[in-house]
Amino acid sequence: MERDDLIVNESYALNNTHNDEAGRKIRRKIWVVTGILTLITIVEVALGIAVKRADSGLWTTVKLGFIVLTLVKAGYIVMSFMHLGDERKNLRNVVLIPYALFILYLIFIALSEGNSHLDLFETWH
Amino acid sequence: MASEASKAISKEELWGGGRSPFSVSYGKMMMWYFLVSDALTFGGLLIAYGVARHSSEFAWPIGEQVFQALPGLEGHYPLAYVALMTFILIVSSVTMVLAVEAGHRNHKKDVVKWMGLTVIGGFFFVASQAWEWSHFIHGGGGAFKITQGMTVTGTLADGNTMQFDLNTADRVYMDHHFGTLLEEYLHGDPEVSMVESNGTVTLSGHGHTAVLEEVMVNKYVEDAATVSGSDMMKLWNAKASNGFVFGANMNENEYGVQQQYANFFFFITGFHGFHVFSGVIINLIVFIMVVRGVFERRGHYEMVEKVGLYWHFVDLVWVFVFTFFYLV
Repeated sequence: MERDDLIVNESYALNNTHNDEAGRKIRRKIWVVTGILTLITIVEVALGIAVKRADSGLWTTVKLGFIVLTLVKAGYIVMSFMHLGDERKNLRNVVLIPYALFILYLIFIALSEGNSHLDLFETWH
Repeated sequence: MASEASKAISKEELWGGGRSPFSVSYGKMMMWYFLVSDALTFGGLLIAYGVARHSSEFAWPIGEQVFQALPGLEGHYPLAYVALMTFILIVSSVTMVLAVEAGHRNHKKDVVKWMGLTVIGGFFFVASQAWEWSHFIHGGGGAFKITQGMTVTGTLADGNTMQFDLNTADRVYMDHHFGTLLEEYLHGDPEVSMVESNGTVTLSGHGHTAVLEEVMVNKYVEDAATVSGSDMMKLWNAKASNGFVFGANMNENEYGVQQQYANFFFFITGFHGFHVFSGVIINLIVFIMVVRGVFERRGHYEMVEKVGLYWHFVDLVWVFVFTFFYLV
């Protein structure tokens, strides 16, 4: 297995510099990501206004869409703005995997509990 | 196989074992660990909000109908202000990442420019949130509870009419002008007087006059409708004298029968706002250090990168608050 913990060449964080040429490329990428994030926010607000909640079937789809769009936005912020995409693979995994596991578990267990509470209330009230 | 470091890195920067496992400095990795723990806190808060909402037997207030005001303007602009706040925070995140990029080029002038803009953007966000809180606390006209159930005819937003069966203690909402004067009247302001005659209610005082022309039912849930004429007076005459609610505080709120709604608003947006506030202060300190050339002498701008991580995290949290508190 290839070792991922050794410092090779310029890869140490403090030496992470680049020249003007590379800077221009990075800045172009930053503006593209800005455009995507802004566009997603506009789409979210427009969907929220356009789709009526009374139309419950469509609204459920839109709600799921909001969650997907939010995760896309979060992905761009974490991977691009926070440079996690440029870090070593093991740092990325140490940050993302435990968090994802724990939060998915919490979402499942807590929302099940909430729904069950409502069921009990409606049954016995 | 990769060889051992070809570039000498000073001992102080390396970990005890002479290695740097993730090829990042100790400070940057600890910032990541802190952010993971902070993300768990916010995740827990938003999930708790979800639990309250899933277990609620009453209709939950809808973001578009609670947050639809813009400063200085009359009319309804659903979520426009919150979207603007989101945009301000995204822009200040962009200026931050541009400051980090300038730091990697060791270009002090650019770092100063972008860090300065980031501080300004953060300040605007905190100020926007102050306005949002003020608006939420003052409310949109207030509500009263009725002492007996009744059926009234209401006009929906699309112009159709519908019968509404209201129960005891259901809420009826007043418009902003009437509610503002009524709140002063109920607080015993001697300059405000109320006249009830010929099926109208008129409040006057402080140079304003407000006539109760229509009231609303289900104002903050999906089938909001206006009620006027004799049905309106029927509702007004059934008002409970101690059933008035204006805006929101820690004990009651006009938006929902669930007090958890207001409490989660205060806690989640307040906790996030406190993060933004501390972020602005930290950014300001680093900005001053950049201007004074501290990092230029140090040879690298990693501190800008570390506060940048915190600042992006604040933006990241807001993206989730925006979706789960306001949109969904």
